Amino acid sequence: MSAGAADGVLVGQPTFSSIAETIGDVVLARRAPRWWRRAFLACSLLSALFFGSIGYLFSEGVGIWGLNVPVVWAFDITNYVWWIAIAMSGTFISAALLLTRQAWGASISRFAEAMTIFALAIAGLFPIIHLGRPWFFYWLAPYPNVMSLWPQWRSPLVWDFFAILAYLLVSILFWYLGLVPDFATLRDRARGRGAQLAYGLLALGWRGEARQWQLRHNAQLLLAGLAIPLVVSVHSVVGLDFATGNTPGWHSTIFPPFFVAGAMFSGFAMAMTILVPLRRAFALEAFITDRHLERLARLILAMGLVLAYSYTMEIFMAWYGADRYDIFTTVNRMRGPYAPVYWSLIACVVVVPQALWSGAVRRSPWVLFGIGIVINVGMWLERFMLIVTSQHRDFLPSAWGMFFPTVWDWAILVGSIGFFLWLLLVFVRLAPVVSMAEMRELVASRGAPR
Amino acid sequence: MTHAPKTAAAHRWVARFDRGTDLVAAARAARAAGFAQIEAYAPLHLPGLSAAIGFGDRASAALALGGGLLGGSAMYALQWFSVARDYPIDVGGRTPAWPGLLPSTFEMTILGAALALVAGMLVRAGLPRLHHPIFDIPGFESASSDGYFLCICTRRATDAQAAREFLRAQGSVALFEAGPAWEPAKP
Repeated sequence: MSAGAADGVLVGQPTFSSIAETIGDVVLARRAPRWWRRAFLACSLLSALFFGSIGYLFSEGVGIWGLNVPVVWAFDITNYVWWIAIAMSGTFISAALLLTRQAWGASISRFAEAMTIFALAIAGLFPIIHLGRPWFFYWLAPYPNVMSLWPQWRSPLVWDFFAILAYLLVSILFWYLGLVPDFATLRDRARGRGAQLAYGLLALGWRGEARQWQLRHNAQLLLAGLAIPLVVSVHSVVGLDFATGNTPGWHSTIFPPFFVAGAMFSGFAMAMTILVPLRRAFALEAFITDRHLERLARLILAMGLVLAYSYTMEIFMAWYGADRYDIFTTVNRMRGPYAPVYWSLIACVVVVPQALWSGAVRRSPWVLFGIGIVINVGMWLERFMLIVTSQHRDFLPSAWGMFFPTVWDWAILVGSIGFFLWLLLVFVRLAPVVSMAEMRELVASRGAPR
Repeated sequence: MTHAPKTAAAHRWVARFDRGTDLVAAARAARAAGFAQIEAYAPLHLPGLSAAIGFGDRASAALALGGGLLGGSAMYALQWFSVARDYPIDVGGRTPAWPGLLPSTFEMTILGAALALVAGMLVRAGLPRLHHPIFDIPGFESASSDGYFLCICTRRATDAQAAREFLRAQGSVALFEAGPAWEPAKP
């Protein structure tokens, strides 16, 4: 742990009571601020669009999308990979920073974990809704059935089922374990009977006994250690969904690590995009400081370089492998009908993040906010490019085709973003966005007055 | 554990402190003075506090290991039964082709470890338990924001007197005795 308050992880002199007031009372305030109510209304409408579109999809089938043969996966799987990538970084950020004893992790981990769970819940919907018969999605699970059939265990799609299941549950456990003492604080500070009951139940009767703190501390460390290989495995399996097919442009052993790097990159960028307005809205600048954003920007830059290396290696391997279909796919991405998508993504994902080399950029929160958005747009385009360009030029020219999105493709994409923000808005009203328990530890470790 | 009000004979004294360092020091001193049943309450994880009251956690890692082994071996056994016994598909003699079974096995290993760890943690921490007699102490709600409490439980009345004297000498800011209700003790 770095010494003193001079490293900018805490600004000013927060005390135990100011922690409870700044962080906890935001949740207990009866009336939500105006910006929150407006944002909530907008996001509720978008969520209605999301679920309405899914309802229409269920009644009409996947024909309402722009899918066809040969492009059988497009927005659905693009959205899936995009959301699951955003979900990867949250638990990773908090687990890695906890294990490496980085003091600056304490104030962003709660929020990053929430981001993980919500993005993962949304990501998990896409494989279900992209099925022609979504009501049979439970066939992925092994259970005794009259057909005497089993899942195909060697299929990455089945691995995906188990990976997402494990990741969702472990992330929820990790998040909830962190929340329990904060729920106890809210229980004890709440004035209304309803809030006392609700937080009392959520706190499970937390008493703050020495043994409880010790057990929770040890469980968090162990869960963090378990979560990191899990994160890597989950997105590797997503990469294998593609790599095990013999489609040119997908069939590559680089995919699992390449996908993991892309996931970290877009997840860090999404964390940045949400942290900047969040700390402004809740006046949390004392806990989520410029220093945090600066560190996060460095991580984004590092992951962006790994990703740029992966793109280069993809091109190199197509040439080095000398497979004519691979070479064609690679050239087609740069010069074919989807070339604008390719070059836009290179601009968003490889070129723009280079601005983060500049210290002045890393210290300007709203510039970082903009870069975060650009990166996430770029990462969405990357998945779209990867998925659609490999399919639209099949092995035989007679089977070539094009994909054009319909209004329902867009409705589900935009709606899913709205629903994600809706979940975050509800979360910031119901639970502290910064862990009060960790903040107390941070303040105590600095020897600050209480 | 301090679930003692069930035993009517137990005497319990609780002292409140203003600083975490005072609490750790008092807990250490209480243990050194020979009090066996002590519990400390703090609004944060204080390093050294659980050791001071004589609690060591050796089981968490073992629980995680056990849960992981159980989850992983159950998942592998299920897949093996499926592909090698119940519905074998012999392609090129490659039944059961175990490498393809490993990713799901890995995921369930992690899940098993996490579930066993957290379930074990809750049980050993005495949670969930929505109400506890300690909550009846006046001002105990500050234990979740800035109050520190030390509870000493004794069987005999003479020991209880010693506990009271001990806690007073530790520089506590308030002292309570367990009764039908917790009453602030007269100084």
